[in-house]
Amino acid sequence: MLIAQNLTCLRGDRLLFRKVGFELGAGGLMYVLGENGSGKSSLLRLLCGLLTPEDGQVFWKGKSIKHDAENYQTDLTYIGHLNGLKDDLTSLENLQFSARLAANVVDNATALNALTAIGVARCANLPVGVLSQGQKRRVALARLWLSTSQLWILDEPFAALDTASVVVLTTQLNQHMAKGGMTIITTHQDVDIQAESTQTLRLSA
Amino acid sequence: MKINWFKYSSPQVFYPLAGKLIPWFAWLAAIFVLAGLYVSFVLAPTDFQQGEAYRIIFVHVPAAWMSMVIYIVMAAWAGLGLALNARLSAMMAQALAPTGAIFTLLALVTGSLWGKPMWGAWWVWDARLTSELILLFLYLGFIALQSSIDDPRRADRAGALLALVGVVNVPIIYFSVKWWNTLHQGSSINMGAAPKMAATMLLGMLLMALAFWMYTVAVALMRVRCIMLERERNTDWVKELSLKTPSSQSIAGAK
Amino acid sequence: MIVLRRDLLLAFRRRSDVATTLFFFLIVSSLFPLGIGPEAAVLSSIAPGVLWVAALLAGMISLSRIFAADFADGSLEQMLIAPQPLALLVLAKISAHWIVCGLPVVLLAPLIGLQYALPNDALVVLVLSLLLGTPALSLIGAIGAALTLGVRGSGLLVALLVLPLYIPVLIFGAGAVAASQHGMSAQAHLSLLAACSLLSLVLAPLATAAALRISVE
Repeated sequence: MLIAQNLTCLRGDRLLFRKVGFELGAGGLMYVLGENGSGKSSLLRLLCGLLTPEDGQVFWKGKSIKHDAENYQTDLTYIGHLNGLKDDLTSLENLQFSARLAANVVDNATALNALTAIGVARCANLPVGVLSQGQKRRVALARLWLSTSQLWILDEPFAALDTASVVVLTTQLNQHMAKGGMTIITTHQDVDIQAESTQTLRLSA
Repeated sequence: MKINWFKYSSPQVFYPLAGKLIPWFAWLAAIFVLAGLYVSFVLAPTDFQQGEAYRIIFVHVPAAWMSMVIYIVMAAWAGLGLALNARLSAMMAQALAPTGAIFTLLALVTGSLWGKPMWGAWWVWDARLTSELILLFLYLGFIALQSSIDDPRRADRAGALLALVGVVNVPIIYFSVKWWNTLHQGSSINMGAAPKMAATMLLGMLLMALAFWMYTVAVALMRVRCIMLERERNTDWVKELSLKTPSSQSIAGAK
Repeated sequence: MIVLRRDLLLAFRRRSDVATTLFFFLIVSSLFPLGIGPEAAVLSSIAPGVLWVAALLAGMISLSRIFAADFADGSLEQMLIAPQPLALLVLAKISAHWIVCGLPVVLLAPLIGLQYALPNDALVVLVLSLLLGTPALSLIGAIGAALTLGVRGSGLLVALLVLPLYIPVLIFGAGAVAASQHGMSAQAHLSLLAACSLLSLVLAPLATAAALRISVE
């Protein structure tokens, strides 16, 4: 399904990684590991099509993601290390906007359910600017409860979460994997996500 | 026989090639400039209206030509670099920009020097001079944008896009300035058509233009070699190069 | 559409930002009479140029608002990977910028025109020319704003990149008002102004989208 070939990434004149390749099938989970600065985030951004690789290509369902961007982007949910939330909008508005942006119209109740699932229902009508770091992160992650896309690319989703939220998120990831979804994830925590096939990609600085 | 042009687009191959070409272009520039100066100062007749002062057009007009041509060439390289993701093209665009800016400045300065005896003012809002001034702004914008972005790849691509936007705008700007000029001034001052062009004068200008061309190529190649070394300082071929004496540079590139 | 609505909502929640642009326009155009003197004849002869330059600068200082905040908080990334044509999203953002920063200036302009002793028909042409020309300013400016995202000293850099490209709009816009002052028809100017806006409507969103992809890398 998702095939990466020969990916090479330069930032400035620093070589982050070269000749990285992998294949990820339906129900597949991939951990991307490595020290700080080894290029984990860059690899994820590259897989999203936000970065152009110096060399190499990414294919989704047999087509290069450069040439068939729109189909790929329909199938993709990406949560980066930035939350992508507007401080002046409420949690609910933020969530609904990001769903609409992914061509997924969501009514108030559904969005509220997503916020409830990850335990930030109390903040639904508060502007995101007044929330704590962990609460903001959870509002951003609530998108996963609305997402209908098959491929999830998550950059440190567990960072800044409390133990209870980690459990909730893991359960959600398990469900996604059970439905034949695919996940690429970077994390520093030990989490136990159930998947049909699990692989690990280690980047060395 | 098929020549593999892409081979020359790799910096590693281009670097020694450019090194060999520079002296040729430099000599050609020197020859043309001598010939051009001879024609324009000795052969060309004194203008009966303007006396000797008009001779500055032998610098002014070719400099103005070059300033526009270089912008177009620069944008073409930039566009090529953007479309093919070719490093060398982007480097060429970057190397051309300062030379283009200098010719624009030269055209402005000589224009104002010429303006003083012609109509008694250092600066006149003549359509051509104004367009030249705006062109200078475009050059400066390109250089400023490129130099304020740290990542060379982003700098290349952002600069390329700006150059392309500029090239689309240049005709519109030129037209609008001309339109503005005819509305507001209405006088008969027109730099392009001022003296009646004698054949020797045209020859002088052409020779000077050729000299400027050769100079541009030589300087751009020199600059592109510096940019290459700076950008590729971590690659093997540059490291290899720095270990050798200058005279063996061509061997390092021949591979 | 959703993006347009969101941006307008955001602007509404930060009304003071919008007011800043408007005040800037007001202050700049009030400075000229103080510097030059209150003679009505002089003022009305410089009015077209001064008002247009003030509108141009007011539009320019607000350019960074189009993308900078979205870039900083990561929502821009999400737009880049949204399954919708980026140029359309960009167009929505530019439209929001124009409604928030351009339109108020257009509406305020006749008031300032009165201060400059502009006759009535020149006032009409002034509003008309601003209405036709300011969209081009937002559109062209967006390219500059996108190119300078996250760059050191981007505020000044934007000025350097964008102002030369604004020149045709300035010439046709101020020319239209001047023409009507001199009792000539402003139609040619206005048509050219509209042509500028239309051309940038077609090209600028595409160029801006390309610039955003470059800047977000």
